Amino acid sequence: MKKSKVFWLYAIIALIVYAIVQFMITSDQLDMYYSNLLITIAINIILAVSLHLVIGITGQFSIGHAGFLAVGAYISAICTMHFDLPFPVALFIGAVVAALAGLVVGIPSLRLKGDYLAIATLGFAEIIRIIFLNTDYVGGAAGMQITQMTTWTYAFFGVFITVIIIANFTKSRHGRACIAVREDEIAADAMGINTTYYKVVAFALGSFFAGLAGGLFSHNFYIIQPSQFGFLKSFDILIYVVLGGLGSLSGAIIAAILLTVVSMYLTEFPETRMIIYSLVLIIVMLYRPSGLMGTKEITDYFKLGKRSKGGNLDDQ
Amino acid sequence: MTNNLLLKVENVGIQFGGLKAVQGLNLELFQGELIGLIGPNGAGKTTSFNMLTGVYKPTEGEILFDGKRTNNMSPHQVTKSGVSRTFQNIRLFKELSVLDNVKVANHSLAKHSIFSSVFRLPSFFSGEAKMEEVSIEFLKIFGLDKYKDELSKNLPYGMQRRLEIARALAAGPKLLLLDEPAAGMNPQETKDLMDLIALIRKRFDLTILLIEHDMGLVMGICERIYVLDHGQLIADGTPEEIRNNPKVIEAYLGEEVTE
Amino acid sequence: MEWVQQLVNGISLGSIYALIALGYTMVYGIIKLINFAHGDVFMIGAFIGFYAISGWGLGFFPALLLAMVVCAIFGVLIERIAYKRLRNATRIAALITAIGVSLLIEYSVIYFRGAQPEAYPDVLSKSTFNFLGAQISAQSIMILSVSLSLMIILQFIVHKTKIGKAMRAVSHDVEAARLMGINVDNTISATFAIGSALAGAAGVIFGVYYTKIDPLMGVIPGVKAFVAAVLGGIGIIPGAMAGGMVLGVVESIVSALGFSLWRDAAAFVILILILIFRPSGIFGKNTREKV
Repeated sequence: MKKSKVFWLYAIIALIVYAIVQFMITSDQLDMYYSNLLITIAINIILAVSLHLVIGITGQFSIGHAGFLAVGAYISAICTMHFDLPFPVALFIGAVVAALAGLVVGIPSLRLKGDYLAIATLGFAEIIRIIFLNTDYVGGAAGMQITQMTTWTYAFFGVFITVIIIANFTKSRHGRACIAVREDEIAADAMGINTTYYKVVAFALGSFFAGLAGGLFSHNFYIIQPSQFGFLKSFDILIYVVLGGLGSLSGAIIAAILLTVVSMYLTEFPETRMIIYSLVLIIVMLYRPSGLMGTKEITDYFKLGKRSKGGNLDDQ
Repeated sequence: MTNNLLLKVENVGIQFGGLKAVQGLNLELFQGELIGLIGPNGAGKTTSFNMLTGVYKPTEGEILFDGKRTNNMSPHQVTKSGVSRTFQNIRLFKELSVLDNVKVANHSLAKHSIFSSVFRLPSFFSGEAKMEEVSIEFLKIFGLDKYKDELSKNLPYGMQRRLEIARALAAGPKLLLLDEPAAGMNPQETKDLMDLIALIRKRFDLTILLIEHDMGLVMGICERIYVLDHGQLIADGTPEEIRNNPKVIEAYLGEEVTE
Repeated sequence: MEWVQQLVNGISLGSIYALIALGYTMVYGIIKLINFAHGDVFMIGAFIGFYAISGWGLGFFPALLLAMVVCAIFGVLIERIAYKRLRNATRIAALITAIGVSLLIEYSVIYFRGAQPEAYPDVLSKSTFNFLGAQISAQSIMILSVSLSLMIILQFIVHKTKIGKAMRAVSHDVEAARLMGINVDNTISATFAIGSALAGAAGVIFGVYYTKIDPLMGVIPGVKAFVAAVLGGIGIIPGAMAGGMVLGVVESIVSALGFSLWRDAAAFVILILILIFRPSGIFGKNTREKV
C-alpha cells in the first residue's frame, strides 16, 4: 500500500501544478506565448512517453512515430471539422484509429528486428503521410483548416492520463513482459512470454497515445499539412526518448521539456536549431549513449536508502 | 519408475542449409527421471535443446511431450505446456532485478488483465501480491532472496547460474532442461548445485534433462545418459554402460572420460 | 512507344539509385550500420559538381572526378570522426548517430549557403535520337554508360584487388580478418571512400539529369537507395545494382500510369513487402540468430 501512497502524492502535486497554471492563464498572468509553449511541451511529453513505451520499454526500434501522430491529427480534425463531434470525443476517436493503424503496421513489421524494423516503420510513416497528401478530403498538400480548440486543460489531462497509464502498465506483469522482450527476446519466449503479443500491444498502446497527441497538435494550430509529419518530426520524437535515456520515463519527459523550450527560443533560427540538435545528438551518442537518465527514474534518487534493507552484495 | 512416458522424441533431425546438425535423435524420458545428454563440442546438444523448446523447428521427426505434439509450437507455447530451460550462455534479463527475473517467468500465475493493471483494479493488487509471494519462495530455495532488489547483471557468476535455474523453475515446468548448469563453477559450487538439483527434483516432482561437460557430475547423478556425436545418437544407457562403451570413448578420445 | 521512353527514364533513374545503394550496401556489409548520412554525401557531390562546372568552367568528366575525390575524402572523415567510436556501441546508438550526422550535414549546408535550389548548367549534349519510335536523349545514354562503367570498375576493385579482398574478408568476419593481419580500420575507411565516391558521382549525374539541386535533395533518394539495397539483399553488391534498377523502373511505371504523387509511396510499399516476405532480399541468404 506504500507504493499507492507515493502515487497519490505525485498525482496531487501534478494537479496543484495544473491549478496554478490554469489560474495564471485565466488571470492573464501567462500570455499566449507561454501558454502555447506549455501546450506544446505537453504534446511533446505525450509523444515522448508513448514512444518510450515502444523503444525504451519494449526495445522495438520504431522511427516512424510521426505517422501515428498524423493519423490522430487528421482523424480527430475530420471528426470536429466535418462531423461536428465534441472535441474530447474527436480526441478519443483519433487515438483509437491511430492505435488501429499501429496494429496494421505492427503486426507485419514487428517480426523484423533492429535496423530492419526501424526502416520498415520509417517507410510506413511515409506511406501514411503520402496517403494524406493524396486525399483531397483533407486538403491534400495545401492542408486542412482547423479551429483552435486545444487548451491547457486538455493538454494537461492528456499528459496526466498518458503518464499514469504508461507508468502503471510498465509496473505490472505486462510491463515486465515487455521489458523481458527488450532485454532478451529468446529468453522471454522461453519463459512463456508471448513476445509477439506484447510487442504488438506496446506498439498499439504507443500509437494510441501518439494519436491522442495528434488530436491535441492539430487543434492547436489553425492548419495542418502533411509536410508537418515527415521524417524530421519522427526524429524529433526519437531524440526525446534517446536523450532522456532509453528505458527512463522521467528521462523522456525531462528531455521533451528541455528540447521544446530550447527549440522555442530558436524558432527564429531554424538552421541553428537543427545544427545544435544534431550536434547534441551525435555527442551524446558518442560519449553518453545511455542518455540523460540511463534506465533510471528520477524517483530512484529519492529512495536510495531503501535498498540497504535487503542483502548487499558487498558484504558477502 | 513406472512406464509413465513424459517425453518421446522420435527420429528428430534438423538441417541448416545443407548441414545436418542433428539427425535420427530418439529420446525417451519417464516421469521423475534425471537424464544426462553428453557429447563432444559441436555434437548437437544445444541444438537438440532448441528443438525440444520450440526455438528451432525440426525438419524431420516427432516430438511428443505429455502426449502432445510440440514440433511446431513456438517457445512460449512449449513452455506453457510444461517444458522450461536454462541457457548455456546465461541469458538473464540484465536490467531487471533478481525478483523481477523470476516474476517474468511467473507471468501466467496471475491473470490480471492489461485493463486492470492500467487502472489499478483490485485484481491487479491481488495478482501482483501473489506473484511476489511465489517468486520470493523460489528465490529462497536458491538462497537468492537477500538479493532480490539487485539488478541481475550485478550478481556474481555462480549466483547468475542459480538465478537462471530459479527462473526456469518459476515457469512451472514438468520437464526441466538444464544446459551446462555447472559451466564455469568451482568444485564446491558444482557440488552445491548438484545437491540443489536433487532437492528441487524431489520437491517439484520434476523430470530433468541435463547437458553437461563435467563428466564426473553427469556420471554421479544421472540415472541414464544419452551420448551425441556429430549430430547422431551413438549410445545410451546407465553411467556404467556409458563409461565402458568403446564408441563413447572414441568420441571423447583426448577428453577426460574416466574421471 | 511512350513506354520505351519511360523504361529508359526508369533505368537512368535506377542507375542513380544503384550508385547510391552501392555505398549503403558496402558500408552495411562491413560495419552493419545504416549510414543515413550517405544521401547527404550524394548531395555534397551534386554541389561540388555544380560549383566545378558553373564556377570554374570544368567539363562533365573533370567535374565528376573532382566530386568523387572530394566525396571520398568527406566520407572517410565522417567515418573517422563519428562512426569509428561506435564500433562496439549498440545498434540504436549507431543508427541515431548516423541520423545526427545526416542532419548536421544538411543544415550546415543550409546555414552556409541558404536553402535555395540551384539550376545545373548544361554540360552534356541535349540531342535526342529515335529508337523504336521513342525519343531517347543522348544524355540518358551517357548517364547510363557512366553509371555502368563505375559499377564495372567497382566489381573489378572488389574482386581483383588486394583492398577488395580485404573488404570482403572484413565483411565476412572482422575478428578473423584482423587475426589474418588485415588492417581493419583502413579497410573500413577504404569502403567509405569508395562508397562515398560513387555517391558523389551519382550526385553529379543527378544534377545533370534533373537540373535542380538543393541541400535536402539527398534525403529521399538516400532512403530510396537504401530501399534498393534492401531489395537486392543488403551487403550484396550486384543486389544493390539490380535493386536500384528495379526501383527506378517501378517508379517510372507508377508515374507513367498517372500516379506521380504516389511515386514515393511505391518505393516504401516495395520496401515493406520485401522486408516482410523476403527480408534477406532478392539475392540474400537467410541467417538465423545463434542461441
